[in-house]
Formats: sequence, C-alpha cells, structure tokens
Amino acid sequence: MDINVIRGLGTVFALFAFLCIVAWAYSSRRKDRFEDDGMIPFQEDDDMPNKEAVDSSSKQNNTRDDKGSE
Amino acid sequence: MSTAFDHPVYNYKVVKQFAIMTVVWGIVGMAVGVLIAAQLAWPALNFDTPWLSFGRLRPLHTNAVIFAFGGSALFATSYYVVQRTCQARLFSDTLASFTFWGWNLVIVLAAITLPMGLTSTKEYAELEWPIDILIAIVWVAYCVNFLGTITKRKQPHIYVANWFFAAFMIMIAVLHIGNNLALPVTLTKSYSIYAGTVDAMVQWWYGHNAVGFFLTAGFLGIMYYFVPKQAERPVYSYRLSIVHFWALISLYVWAGAHHLHYSALPDWAQTAGMVMSLVLLAPSWGGMINGMMTLSGAWHKLRTDPILRFLVVSLSFYGMSTFEGPMMSIKTVNALSHNTDWTIGHVHSGALGWVAMVSIGAMYHLIPIMFGRKAGEMYSTSLINTHFWLATIGTVLYIAAMWVNGIMQGLMWRAVNADGTLTYSFVQSVEASHPGYVVRVIGGALFLTGMLIMAYNVYKTVSDSNKALAAAQA
Repeated sequence: MDINVIRGLGTVFALFAFLCIVAWAYSSRRKDRFEDDGMIPFQEDDDMPNKEAVDSSSKQNNTRDDKGSE
Repeated sequence: MSTAFDHPVYNYKVVKQFAIMTVVWGIVGMAVGVLIAAQLAWPALNFDTPWLSFGRLRPLHTNAVIFAFGGSALFATSYYVVQRTCQARLFSDTLASFTFWGWNLVIVLAAITLPMGLTSTKEYAELEWPIDILIAIVWVAYCVNFLGTITKRKQPHIYVANWFFAAFMIMIAVLHIGNNLALPVTLTKSYSIYAGTVDAMVQWWYGHNAVGFFLTAGFLGIMYYFVPKQAERPVYSYRLSIVHFWALISLYVWAGAHHLHYSALPDWAQTAGMVMSLVLLAPSWGGMINGMMTLSGAWHKLRTDPILRFLVVSLSFYGMSTFEGPMMSIKTVNALSHNTDWTIGHVHSGALGWVAMVSIGAMYHLIPIMFGRKAGEMYSTSLINTHFWLATIGTVLYIAAMWVNGIMQGLMWRAVNADGTLTYSFVQSVEASHPGYVVRVIGGALFLTGMLIMAYNVYKTVSDSNKALAAAQA
C-alpha cells in the first residue's frame, strides 16, 4: 500500500477516534456520572490536623484586622 | 522544616517544600529577567563581565522562571492535587524527597554552568549532558511517583486535573530525552546527534511542546483543581473538560514547525505547522471558557477575593495569548513578527499573565493549608490584592511595550526605498526600540515587586502559624 494512503487512513482514524470521545463524553447516559465526577475536589475536608490549635490561639492573640476573607 | 502541620494521611511535606521554593525561585528568576531587560535598555549594566553578559544570563532567566519557578509550582500542586483527588498518600515518600532535592540540585547546577558559558545552545534545553541525565532521572522518578499514586487511588475516577498532570509529565520525559540526545566530547561539551534542518525541527518539536505540555497542560491541571476550589463550585462542564483534554494533547505536538517559517524546513512542513497551530485555537478556548464559566453565578466573589481574581485574570491572559499564538503562526503575519520583540511580548503574555498568575493564585490557596489554616487564609488579604494589581499592571506594561516595539521593528526592517535599498539600517531600529525597553524594565520591576510582597506575606503566614501552634501547645 502507498505510504500516503496509510497517512490518509491515519488521519481518518484519528478524526473518528476523536468523534467517538465526544459522543462518549456527551452521551446522556453518562450525564449524572460526570456531574458527580466534577465534585471530586469537594469530597475532601480542607481542615488540617492542628487547625483547632492555631485557630483558638490566634483568636486570643490576633489583633490585626486584615485577616482572610471569611 | 517543621513537621508540626503534617497531614495524618497525605504527604504534605514535599508540597510545602516545593510551594516555598516556588516563591524563592520566582523571585530569583524574575530578578535575573529584570536585570537583563535593563541591560537591553542600558548595555553598560553587564559591567563588561562575561558572567553577567546578556547571552549567558538570558538562558539562566528562562530556565529559572520556566523550570525552577514553574517547575516547583507544578511539583507542589500536582503532588497536592493527586493525593487529595485520589484520596491516597503519595506512592513513595522517598521518591518525593528525591524529586525535591534532585530538582533543586538541577537548578543550582544550571545557575552555576550557564553564567560560565557552558551551553548546548538549544533554546530552553541549554543545559549540558550530565545535567540532562540528572533531569531525566529525577523526571522519571516524578512520573513513577505520580502515576504510582494514581494506581493506588481509593477514588475510582481519575479527576481531570490528574489527566492533564499525567500527560504533561509523560510528554516532557519523551521530549527532554528525545531532544537532548547528544554525543559527549568532554564533561562539559556535547554535540546534538541531529544535524542541520532535522536538528532545528527536533528542537522546535521540543520547544513548542515545552510550551504546550510544561507551560499549558501542567498549568491546566492547576486550573481544573484550584479554580473550582477557590470559586467553591464544580467546573462548568466536566464533559467539556474531557473533550478539551483529548483535543489539546493530540493537537499540540504538530504545531512546532511554526517556529521555522521561511527557513530551510520544507514548505509543506511549515504550512502543516501553521494549519495545526490554527486548529489549536479550538481546544485552547474550550478550556479557557470552561474555566471562566465555572464562575457563572459567583462573579460577585471577584469583588472580595483577590486569589480568585489572580486565577480568573490568568485565564483571560491564557485566552488572549492562545488567540495571538495561532495568529502569529500564519505565515504572512509571521513575516512581520518573526525575530521581533512581538514574539517576546507574546511569550510573556503567556508566561507572566497565564503561567505565573495561575501559579500565584494556587500558591495563595494552598500555602495557608500547609500551615494549619483555611484555604487562602494568608496573613494579609490586602497584600494579596496589592500583589494582584502590581502583577496585572506589570504584565500589561510589558506586553504593550513589546507589541509596539515588535511591530515597529518588523515595519522598519521591511521598508524599502524606490530604488530597492533598505530605508533603515538595523541599528536605527535598535535605537527606536529604546523607549519600549525602558517601559519593559518598569513592567518587569512591578511584577517582581509583587513577588517580593508575596514572599513577605508567606513569611508572616508561616511565622504566625508557628507561633500560634507553639502557644497552643504550651
């Protein structure tokens, strides 16, 4: 087979593979699943082991007024 | 470093180390950048010293900001994100500290050898072969540690940020090893195994994918975790993020030839590189829109949260420079822009506006957590805000100066008189560039000042946390 035919088929295959990915990602059957996957960053608690100690201590000592936004 | 804030499950030590070094190397790399920018405005600033000459310090600047500052930010965030989204501790603590010390050794070796004039002369791959081998070893250890963590995950799905991080590190391993294949002559001198035009093509296959995978895919990994976290809402469309990933990684590798327009590279290869660069606009903007739209319904947070502002403005610069890039890859546009300061402006709109700002935003989110505080709870929010404005104004001054200079240089170089002779000599275009060079120094200095403010803010955050902990334990 001519090398250029193989190259052409390679391009067609790549386009086909990409369209399959789009169809897979946007199929309505996977809608809920992907919405859940998007929540993965929020499954973990942000707190640190010594947070309570730091918090309680800085409440007593902290007099500055430009603390974080919360 | 104190172990007082270590996490019971995760390895936060290595994250903490790389996060601190992100700030340190950011200041070093940008300070060298400001110095060499000043040398272009006032050449006497090289003090007639070979070690301080522009040709030696320029690769030091690029290596320091890309691999030391950007690299540390990527190590810190990828190690942090992979543990938290896989809900598993890092594969190996030993490999983690090996990557930290190994990577910093590479940076120190670069800072010694580049000013000495030891270079392989390949752009963004200047380091000589013994250092290249060390980089390859450290990088493979990083890949093993990251992918190993993914294999032991408790969370069944691999979150999209980890896909971007994994693509970035695997591709960088391939590019680094492929481009740096060389025949060593002595300990400090080697010759590329590629010759002539093939060498140029391999170099820009590497060079453009250092942009595509190191400075884009890796930082998109940061974006897909830290923008949702800081905005406190999931990414706009998780499905779009999947399509974004596959489109971006399959297209970037073909675009490198646009660096070699009107060179000895075959014309069809130049045109192919141009077409693939134009197609790249689609995934780039798909990702940018996905990040921006994550804020829909939460835009009011931008009023009060300068960390979120860093992240969102970084996406605006990303969108801008990924529009500018395809445009500059069009051959007729490139005929004007090639070899001018426009290219430098384009790179910095990506490097300062996108890469540095998204890293800074992620660091402000992450560093307080490393020291027992809430996400983003730095010592001073108003100093973050000051940093944000210095960084934004600095970037705008920088890129505007380079646009003006670049287009002016391109037009002066191509101007011809009626009899066919050149209207301007080269040195006239250099002279005309001087005001732009001065504006660039001011812009860069503002950006660097912002980093120094960040360092102070980080220092106060860490020392306050340590004091609070000591008081609580007493």
